[in-house]
Amino acid sequence: MNSKIDIINLNLFIGKQQILKNINVQIPENKITVILGPSGCGKTTLLKSLNRLTDLYEDVKVQGKIIIDNEDILNTKLDVTTIRKKMGLLAQRPYPLPMSIFKNIAYGLKISNRGNKKALSLRVEHNLKQVNLWDEVKDRLHSPASRLSIGQQQRLCLARGLAVDPEIILADEPTSALDPISSQAIEQKFIELKQQYTVVMVTHILRQARRIADYVIFMYLGEVVEFGDAEDFFNNPKEERTKAYLKGSFN
Amino acid sequence: MKIKKTEEIIFKALMYISVAFITSSLFLIVLSIFYKGLPSMSWEMISQTPKGGFYFGKEGGILNAIIGSLYLSIGATIIAMLFGIPIALFINVYLKKYNRFVNGIRFFLDILWGIPSIVYGAFGFTIMIMLGIKTSLLAGIITVSIFILPIMVRALDEVLKTVPNGLFEASLSLGSTRTETAFKVFIRQTVPGLATAILLSFGRAIGDAASVLFTTGYTDHIPTSIMQPTATLPLAIFFQLGSPIEEVRCRAYSSALILTIIILLISVISRYISSKYNKHRIKF
Repeated sequence: MNSKIDIINLNLFIGKQQILKNINVQIPENKITVILGPSGCGKTTLLKSLNRLTDLYEDVKVQGKIIIDNEDILNTKLDVTTIRKKMGLLAQRPYPLPMSIFKNIAYGLKISNRGNKKALSLRVEHNLKQVNLWDEVKDRLHSPASRLSIGQQQRLCLARGLAVDPEIILADEPTSALDPISSQAIEQKFIELKQQYTVVMVTHILRQARRIADYVIFMYLGEVVEFGDAEDFFNNPKEERTKAYLKGSFN
Repeated sequence: MKIKKTEEIIFKALMYISVAFITSSLFLIVLSIFYKGLPSMSWEMISQTPKGGFYFGKEGGILNAIIGSLYLSIGATIIAMLFGIPIALFINVYLKKYNRFVNGIRFFLDILWGIPSIVYGAFGFTIMIMLGIKTSLLAGIITVSIFILPIMVRALDEVLKTVPNGLFEASLSLGSTRTETAFKVFIRQTVPGLATAILLSFGRAIGDAASVLFTTGYTDHIPTSIMQPTATLPLAIFFQLGSPIEEVRCRAYSSALILTIIILLISVISRYISSKYNKHRIKF
């Protein structure tokens, strides 16, 4: 297993409360890693510390190491925007930027000064095709992204993230606001994307994890209870809490 | 059960009464301005400067005050915007995680908002003495922009506060800096609200009499330089109402009518502009 992200002794506090407790896991390259666990167990916080969005909150203290490509992103001289460009983020509900569909994709490309106008529209087309949105929006690229349906908006957000050439895709319950058909489209996309990207997805839906996970990290109350290959995890859970969770004793 | 129902009825009634009270006050103010102002309204009022002095003259118009007020409030609004927009963005984008500090800033801005404008007038006057400038358009613009700055910052701040965290995170995740996020995402998302906030400040600037009383002076001429004193509409109304001559007092209502119409026009224009940009706003 080639690990893409190495999390070593990660502890995270908000004020005096400890949210993440001594996390030690590796996230494999070109696989879908699912962070599974009940609500409020720190899944989202763990995901957000991967691209340093935790910097935005008051009183957050992070200790430990997160190593991505031999660089400890928590203690690095690298600019935080360089780190974030490596990762696309898909949030619980879509947050398209307040501009046209075209500009939503072009935004990330423009701020990193990539390509001329012609190249830009080719890139936009390519990325929209990648998420199967092109046929639905090709005639109205310059109308506001706010007019798209919520499922389309989420696919637009994925395309926008892919446009800046990330290596990792971070997804925080990306289907929780979507209808079943859009959810399926996103899941399907993730399975295709793992050829080129490392996908890390947070979910509390056990069935979703079973459908798409290659690798599972099971969290409970800020701790990693168990992690490993999806097959092992679902068929031969080792910890009592994992067994109870898989049986459905708690959510 | 019965008590709850009565409670409901009482509060509903209170609500209706307050709504009726407010709409009728607005209606009465507008009506009385029109009623008293229209008879003295004429083309001369808005196309000529006063003849025979603003205090006793029955001839001519108040073009000097219209132009003076527009110069003053547009100048002050632009200066306040130059400081206000960056301050409001700084509070909401850069200081986002320092909640206590930001609340402190908001608290002081609210205090500044509450200070009567005559105090700003007096403050402006001391600045004038310090800088050695006489009553002039420049002194007025400086004073009024100081006076409307806290109003504008707080109004902009309230609008920028509505930008959801998720949008902030989404923009940062694409690798943009905070400055790019501030100017390309926050502003686009809130354009309609920002326009309204700026308009609110403009309304305060053009309608305030006390802050310009000491600082801009008063004259019958249209200023040709920012170092000259200038007339303003609120002071025109004030002086005309104080005149012993009946006709001049009626002209005060025409001046008030003109002031009201200017504010109305600006409001309609800003609403039009903001609705044009509203389409990009992401609704949450």
